[in-house]
Amino acid sequence: MTKQTPIRRAAGVALAIAALAGGFGAATSAEAGPTVDQIKQRGVINVGVGTQAGFFAPDANGKWQGFFIDFGRALAVTVFNDPDKVQFTNTSPQQRLPALQAGQFDVLLSGVTETILRAFKLNFNFGPVVFYDGQGILVKKSLGVTKGSDLDGATIGVQSGTTGELNIADFFKKSGKTYKPVVIEDTNAFSQALLSGRADALTQDSSDLALRRAAFPNPDDYVLLPERLSKEPLAPAIRWGDDQWLQIVNWTVYATIQAEEWGITSENVDSFLKSDDPAIKRFLGVDPSLGEAIGLDPKFAYNIVKKVGNYGEIFERNLGKSTKIGFDRGLNRLWTQGGLLYSPPFR
Amino acid sequence: MTILLEDARLAPPKAERWRAAAADLFSSPVNAVVTVVVAGLIAAALWRFARWAVVDAAWSGGAETCRQRSGACWPFVASNAQLMVFGVYPQDLLWRPAVSLALMAGVIAASMIPRLWSATLALAWGLVPAAVCILLSGTFFGRPVSTNEWGGLPLTLLVWMIAFAGAFVVAIPLALARRSNMGGLRTAAIIVIELVRGVPMLVALYVSRFIVPMTAPGLEINLFVSVETALILFVASYLAEIVRAGLQALPRGQTEAANALGLGYWRTTQLILLPQALRAVIPALVNLGIGVLLSTPLVAVIGMTDFLSAVREAASHEQDWPGCYTTAYFVAGLVFFSICFIASRYSRWLERRLRAAGHG
Repeated sequence: MTKQTPIRRAAGVALAIAALAGGFGAATSAEAGPTVDQIKQRGVINVGVGTQAGFFAPDANGKWQGFFIDFGRALAVTVFNDPDKVQFTNTSPQQRLPALQAGQFDVLLSGVTETILRAFKLNFNFGPVVFYDGQGILVKKSLGVTKGSDLDGATIGVQSGTTGELNIADFFKKSGKTYKPVVIEDTNAFSQALLSGRADALTQDSSDLALRRAAFPNPDDYVLLPERLSKEPLAPAIRWGDDQWLQIVNWTVYATIQAEEWGITSENVDSFLKSDDPAIKRFLGVDPSLGEAIGLDPKFAYNIVKKVGNYGEIFERNLGKSTKIGFDRGLNRLWTQGGLLYSPPFR
Repeated sequence: MTILLEDARLAPPKAERWRAAAADLFSSPVNAVVTVVVAGLIAAALWRFARWAVVDAAWSGGAETCRQRSGACWPFVASNAQLMVFGVYPQDLLWRPAVSLALMAGVIAASMIPRLWSATLALAWGLVPAAVCILLSGTFFGRPVSTNEWGGLPLTLLVWMIAFAGAFVVAIPLALARRSNMGGLRTAAIIVIELVRGVPMLVALYVSRFIVPMTAPGLEINLFVSVETALILFVASYLAEIVRAGLQALPRGQTEAANALGLGYWRTTQLILLPQALRAVIPALVNLGIGVLLSTPLVAVIGMTDFLSAVREAASHEQDWPGCYTTAYFVAGLVFFSICFIASRYSRWLERRLRAAGHG
């Protein structure tokens, strides 16, 4: 029996580490490309989501509903022409990004904020921004304030450990007014601070504030001010290395935006099939040349609008004025109406 | 005579016990004040709870009633029961998780009756989880439902049953290996047990979900499979130590007598050692079972909709159901508490019974 010398043992450890590193290297390079093939083989798209009513949450019958859910269904229509060939999985916020990296999801529609660090360091590609969020201020209506710069000497609730704390400080430094911060840790106590009168206003991502407001006993006594103190562009995230899949994500979102721009809805889309406009003919696949050129079903945009709806319909159905959340479209309007939504041309 | 007095002190009549307790609680002015203050606090807490759960609660109507009442929102529980119990399982196939739930509850209930302990029951612990998997997935007989859509209470029970049954299969060889005379085998068993016991369950889940797939690129591992693999290994490492404790508690004479009768290693283990060892550690097994059940909500962090996360998803509709958050978590707590309370009362009953039967 050979005796194990320390050197021999060290060599063994080094070998093991090298093998492990090699394994990881291989994992990264083998990832290139095959997402779409994998999806087609599997017959279903795996989508990572969160839990927040209006954005993503199962209804009482266990069926997923929400703004981001509808974009997942639109993707399933593009790939399979079936809005149900998509599987939503809810993971905790800390796990979503590694889960995407590990290949557990094909796309994250969990409201990921697009940042440069995430693009380079986590090796993520981002699709078009589907929701422009940003830090807002929720105030009591009785204060009689209509914009943030009117707030002077107000007590403002901020959640500890968020960037919101810094943003509100910057905001007041710019406006030259004063404020008193109340730092609150617990997420339930945060709402309570405003309801109990301990704070005059709360600051947080505006989507979060809108959801809180909707759950208040008297939502109409509170108003979300129009300012946005930070940029939180929420976009679909996918792994690096599959350009075809990225294009499918991109143009699925663009199709919903372009349809709204032309006023094409799930209800009237069939009447547009008779349109003489060559651009609309290409878009809806009446003229199949476009679909043939890109290798997708020529009628994919028609199918998305027919089965899921255009951007405006998706927004209104889940977050808009007709819902309890009653979110203002704000930046999420079309570019023609003063918003930021803009689709490149379909040609 | 002394013995009689001792016995009388051990079990005095109820009224006398009350009197004795009252005398202790008010034995001095300080004690009396402490008693009154604590009793007041308990009463206040109970009153607040009663107000929340009964007086201020909404009992009928819909979301609007809940908005006006400050207490619990019971209509929310009624209208979200499906989501809370069965998760996102397709609505038209709900009979599958319902039957699964009944099957598993049946096996667990049967396992609680010592008279029914037999090889058949052990077989049922293997067959029922397998049957439930077939039922839920729809393999062989109907529309397939992916494991990602399994959820709620049936999933929690299934995850727990497979983890426990699977752990038994792994743990007994591990425990035997750890007591083995063969050095290599013993070292290997110690390494496995200590390595797995040395990390939190969360880490075991992460490794099996995120690290293992990275070493096998292109391979898609089913979420359910990776969860169960991690859980079985994790539970097994604890179970192996419990089984080892049971084996070590047996007097050496047992082995020696078996050897003297001409029984080999395997027959000694199977017929003499394991039956006695396992019987001795039943309370520890029940304890581990409760612990594992209470840890199952951790599987939610890697994307499983277990009972607790189904409740959380229901509770996310707060703008439709104001105040539903507290109500939802209260219901979840009640369910877990009921299961564990029954289990712990059962464990005490079983201990007494086994001791009475002379197996303690």
